[in-house]
Parts: sequence; structure tokens; C-alpha cells
Amino acid sequence: MRKVAAETAVAGRADGARPRHRAVRLSLRDRVTVGVMVGVPLLVVAGLIWLPTALSIGLSFTNWDGIGALGHIPSTWVGGLNYHQIATIYPPFWPALRHNLYWLAFLTLVATPFGMFLAYLLDKDLRGTRIYQSVFFLPVVLSLAIVGFIWQLIYSPTQGLLNNLFEDPQHNHLIDFLGNPKINLWAILVAVGWRHAGYIMVLYLAGLKSVDPSLREAAAIDGASEWHAFRTVVFPAMKPINIVVAVVTVIEALRAFDIVYIINNGRNGLELLSVLVTDNIIGEASRVGYGSAIAVILLTVSLVPISIFLWTRFRAEEASA
Amino acid sequence: MSDEGFSSADLEELASRQISRRGMLALVGAGGAAAAFGLTAGRARGAVPTSLLEQLAGTVTFGSNYSDPVPKAAIAAVMANFTKKSGTKVKVNTVDHNTFQEQINSYLQGKPDDVFTWFAGYRMQFFAQKGLATPIDDVWKALTPQMPPAMKAASTGLDGHQYFVPIYNYPWAVFYRKSIFSKNGYTVPKTWDQFIALAKKMKTDGITPIAFTDKDGWPAMGTFDILNMRINGYQFHKNLMAGIESWNTPKVKAVFNQWKELLPYYSAGALGLTWQEGAQQVLNKQAGMYLLGSFVAQQFTKPEDVADLDFFPYPSINPKWGQDSLDAPIDGFMISKKPKNLAGAKALMTYLGSAAAANTYLKNDPSDVGANKHTSTAHYNALQKKSAKLIASAKHIAQYMDRDTRPDFASTVMIPSLQQFLNSPDDVNSLVSSIQKQKVAIFGK
Repeated sequence: MRKVAAETAVAGRADGARPRHRAVRLSLRDRVTVGVMVGVPLLVVAGLIWLPTALSIGLSFTNWDGIGALGHIPSTWVGGLNYHQIATIYPPFWPALRHNLYWLAFLTLVATPFGMFLAYLLDKDLRGTRIYQSVFFLPVVLSLAIVGFIWQLIYSPTQGLLNNLFEDPQHNHLIDFLGNPKINLWAILVAVGWRHAGYIMVLYLAGLKSVDPSLREAAAIDGASEWHAFRTVVFPAMKPINIVVAVVTVIEALRAFDIVYIINNGRNGLELLSVLVTDNIIGEASRVGYGSAIAVILLTVSLVPISIFLWTRFRAEEASA
Repeated sequence: MSDEGFSSADLEELASRQISRRGMLALVGAGGAAAAFGLTAGRARGAVPTSLLEQLAGTVTFGSNYSDPVPKAAIAAVMANFTKKSGTKVKVNTVDHNTFQEQINSYLQGKPDDVFTWFAGYRMQFFAQKGLATPIDDVWKALTPQMPPAMKAASTGLDGHQYFVPIYNYPWAVFYRKSIFSKNGYTVPKTWDQFIALAKKMKTDGITPIAFTDKDGWPAMGTFDILNMRINGYQFHKNLMAGIESWNTPKVKAVFNQWKELLPYYSAGALGLTWQEGAQQVLNKQAGMYLLGSFVAQQFTKPEDVADLDFFPYPSINPKWGQDSLDAPIDGFMISKKPKNLAGAKALMTYLGSAAAANTYLKNDPSDVGANKHTSTAHYNALQKKSAKLIASAKHIAQYMDRDTRPDFASTVMIPSLQQFLNSPDDVNSLVSSIQKQKVAIFGK
């Protein structure tokens, strides 16, 4: 079915385009212009994205230490050794992978829905809605590094707000929000959610404003409950925004780095793949090959949501054509 | 030295890099320092071949990680004095301390300055071995009579050549407040049993016996180092750090098992605390003892608190070694691979190793101990005097784990492993075998 639809779509488009195409003959100048306009971005994309990606994949099979001439790199070839060591004897790896997935799950299941919920409430023209909007949006303008710094003031075992309000750090009665690897990830995720929910709220609020109010009125007249109307009428009508929200959520989860790095350099319960890449490559460690292998693993993890996104998008385009 | 060689333009150029008023004062002070240290400076000058001084011309570039205000002003004062003595200008390029360390690989392979700040020990040897530093045996010909042998050893690369000139070091010891000890009738413990007994007593007195903090990852290394040196001796520690010894051995397990005895006496939430927060616990008399470098004094800002701060060397465990070694990291300087002004760089290195340079530096940053034997102790405070004595009496000086072993091993293996130990101290066997596997992967043996 889909294939047929696609073929007709292509045929339809081609039929419409052909007469015009025949009428226009590109001059040399136009061809040069088109060549430059396509060529320059192509070079930029190839040079800044595809080439480094390919080089990283290549380096991940070496144990190059970043010192010495580039011609010397092939002699450091070790095959799949880095991958084998990462999976077998590198203790931070599996926690890091798990934490990235927790991060994704938390943002998808908690922070993003909460942001959507806030947006839905604020869309109802509550009294003082602008004040609420400002309050929830405020953290979004802060970088995650600053968010990390602020929340450290709240979480610190001896000098933090929470412990001094509810516990007795002077006498060693405290909750170690930052140092206990069983709870610090969740404490940090609360901080991350604090910012993320505001971000999603703003995006979603803009989307909700653009939904035709008559749709909701019609649903209300038909006797649909609030939740039912949202689920079957409003939510599907907001498909473009939903996709943006989903993409933003996935990107935020996979690029997570700065907040854990500010708190404890991403160790002891706060490991993330991005941190392991940095730890191994940047800094004195200089295990370029090893770090590249972790980067390739992160790339592979990222490819899953990217593929799903592209697949659904292409399918949507085909369907709408 | 006459004032003809003194170029006020040089001083101004250096001064223009200083933002703080304190830095300006330091420079003004440096002008007067020549008179104050005339005697020592004279001795140092005698050691510098005058021919070397005469052939100097032009400028030496200097890559500095002394980015905090106090050390930055201190190093500016040292450079100003050098310019005054030699007529060679020094162009200081200051980079944030941590950034400098993290970018050292690309820095040394790019266009490094002629002379750069670095650390002694394995971390120096690593770059020397990679051919990223210039050997300076001729500089050491002049410096050898003025330096303790341990300093020369710490400046020597694996190939037997010298690559490094030290300026100061600082000891790691157990810091405490004298007033707490006298008020509660505590005595300084000499042995492990006395140490544990004291910790127990402090606990019953409602004091956290030992401040311990490891959120940053590196402070725990100090405890491992000293326990290993106390239990297995300096040579074993050095070999273990160099990747020669194995980690999954009874000797290393003994270190972790000994360490376990201390855990009940540590600060609560240690893995969530910074070293500064630990220092605050000692300052506020909430904690009794704290194993740290002498930089702990930076957190003691009031003079009466500084006067109350004291330290003792780590208690002995194995009588065979007693208290014969300690961590006392050395900071100093190296010459990059292809300096533009080699003669100038070597003259600067010779000066930096002199007592005059150490005196000028320490006058401006009094938390360390001069490396040169003839460093004047007249301006030392009580802690510095005691530090100097402790270092001089030690048979072996280690450089701290992250300077004694490969940087990749220290940062990607040991920091997470020590934190792992602090989280689940009963799992020593699997911990040491995990470290051993990663050690083999990194050292290749």
C-alpha cells in the first residue's frame, strides 16, 4: 500500500514538474551558483561531520596516545581490543550506559510529560499565568553547568540547604545527595527535570496556542472528558510540536554532560558515556583510541532514536504526498 | 648588582599583566627584595656561570599554570627579579591551572613556550620520554651542589638526564588544631594503635575523628599512598605506581584492609564533600584530624587560626619502615622541545633553581617549602619551618599518586576504583583484580 502511494506521489510530483523543468535551461552562471550553493554546505557537512565521524571510527581501532606524527597512527592498530576491554574490564562503562538510558527514560516519562502538563494548565488562562510561565521558564535560560552549581548549594552534605533544614550535619546526621551513588543520579535528575520541564512547557504552550479552539469546543459539545479530548483531539492535532518535543528530549538525554561534570566530574554514580569519552581523550589521560571507541558506542546508541525519527518522518511524508 | 641592569620597562610590562593591587605590591616588593636577600642571592649568583648570563639577549617565553592570584603574583616577582639580574625579558603566558594540565599534550606538541611550569616525577618523565622536553644536564651542573639529592632524583628522566628544575614542595601530613588536642588531653599518635585509639576517643567526645573528603576524586589517593608506604615501604609503592608490581597481591589487599579500619571514623558523606569542606570541618573544630597537603592552610584565613594549626607525620604501621617516607609533591619547570631562546631558557632555569628565586617566591606565597638547600628560612612561618624539617628528615619522598603513575591510569582507573572501595569496602578481592586487569591494559604488562 505504502509503496503504491509513494509511487503515485513521485509520479504526481514529476508530472507537475516536468513542463516547468523542460522550459528552464540553466545557464552556466546558474549552474555555478547552484554548484556553489550545494557544494559549500556539502563540504562543510562532509568536513565537519562525516569526516570526523569516520576518523573517530578509525581511531577506535587503535591505541594512539595523541602524541607523535599522524603517519604513526596506523602502527597503533589494535583491532577490536578497545571494544573488548570496554565491555569486559572497564567498570564505569556499563553504569554509564545505564545512566544514559535512565536519563532518557526519566526525561521521556517524567520531565517531558510534566512540562506538557504545565503547558496545558497554563494554556487555560489562569490568573497570573504569565508569572507562572516566567517562573517555570527561568531555569531554561541557565546553562546546565549553572543549574548544577545552584543545586549543589541545595544538596551539599554539610553546607547544603536540604541537610541544614531537615537533618543535622553538625553531628553527622545527613543525607549524602551528592556522594551516595545510590541516590545522587536521582537527585541530579530532579535538577535536570527542573530545567527540562520549563523548556518543554514553553515549546508546548506555543503549540497549544496554535490549536484551533473550535476543535476543543466541538469535543466538549460531544461530551468528551478533558483527558479524552486532549488524548484524541488536541494531542494528534499537535503532531509537529510533538515531534519537536520528542527530538529535544532525546537530544537532551544523550548530550547530558555539563551538570555531572560540574558536580563530581561524572564519577561515583554519575557516570555518563559523554563523560567517559572526555575523561579518556581530553586531559592528560590521552587514550585517544579508547575514548574514540566509547564515542562510537555513544554514536550507535544515538542512531537508534535518530533512525526511528527519520523512519517515521519519511513515512509521514510519503503518506501526506 | 647595580641598578643599571634594571629596566623599569620590563617591570612595567610584567606589571601590566597583573590586575590585582596585591600583584603590584608584590612587584614593588620584588624591587626591594634584592637588598633583603643580597646574601643568598650573592651565593646563588656565584653558582651561575657568568658567561651564561652574559650571552643572554632577547626574551624568554614562559607558560605558567600559576593562575591563582597569590602564586601568580609570586611568580611575577620571581620573573621580575630574573629580568633585573640578567637583562632578559620574560613573557609570561598564564593559563588556568586545570586547563593547563588538561591541555598539556596539545600544548607541548603545538607551539609551547620556551619554559613551562610542570610537576616532578613520573609526569615529568612521561613527557621527557616522548621527546617533548629538552634535557638540561648543564643547568644541573650548577644546581647539584645547591639541591638535596632527592630533588635531583625527582628531576631526572628515565634516560638518566635531567629535565626539570624544582622550586618548592609541600608535605602531606595529618593536620589538627592544637587547641582541641590540649583541651581534651589528646597526644600526637606515633603508631597505628595509638592513632585508632585516639580516633575512638574523639568519637566518644563527639568529634568527627578524621575529616575525609573525596568528591573530587584525588584526595583519597593521599591515604592510599601513605598507607602503602607505611605497610609495604617506599620502593614497593614506587614500583606499584610504575606498573612493575601487580595489584591483585596480598600486599595491596593489606593496604585496603588497613584502610577499612579508618572508615568508621571518617566524615559522613565524604564522597559528596570537597577538600575545602573538609578543611572547614577542622577549622570549625567539628573534625579532629585531616590528612592533606599543607595547602589546607589556605582555608585558615584568621592569624589566630593559622597559629592553632599544626600537623604530625602519618603514624607508623610496619616498624620496618617507621615514618621514613611521605608524599611531598614538587612543583617546578621544564624546557620545551624546541625553545626559540635556548640559552635564555637555560639561564632562566638556573635562576629558578636558585635560593634567590625560592626566597622571592615563598615571600609572596608562604605555604610551601623551598627546594634549594640554601633557601632562607628567616621568613618561614611555624608551619613552613616544621614542613621543611619533616621533608628534610624523610628518607624517601613520593610525589603523590597522580604524579607518580601514568596520568591515564591515575584518572581513568584509580579515581573510580578508590571511590568504589569507599562505597563497598568489603569487596577488596574483586576491586584489586579489576584494577590489575585495567593496569595490564594500560601499561601493557
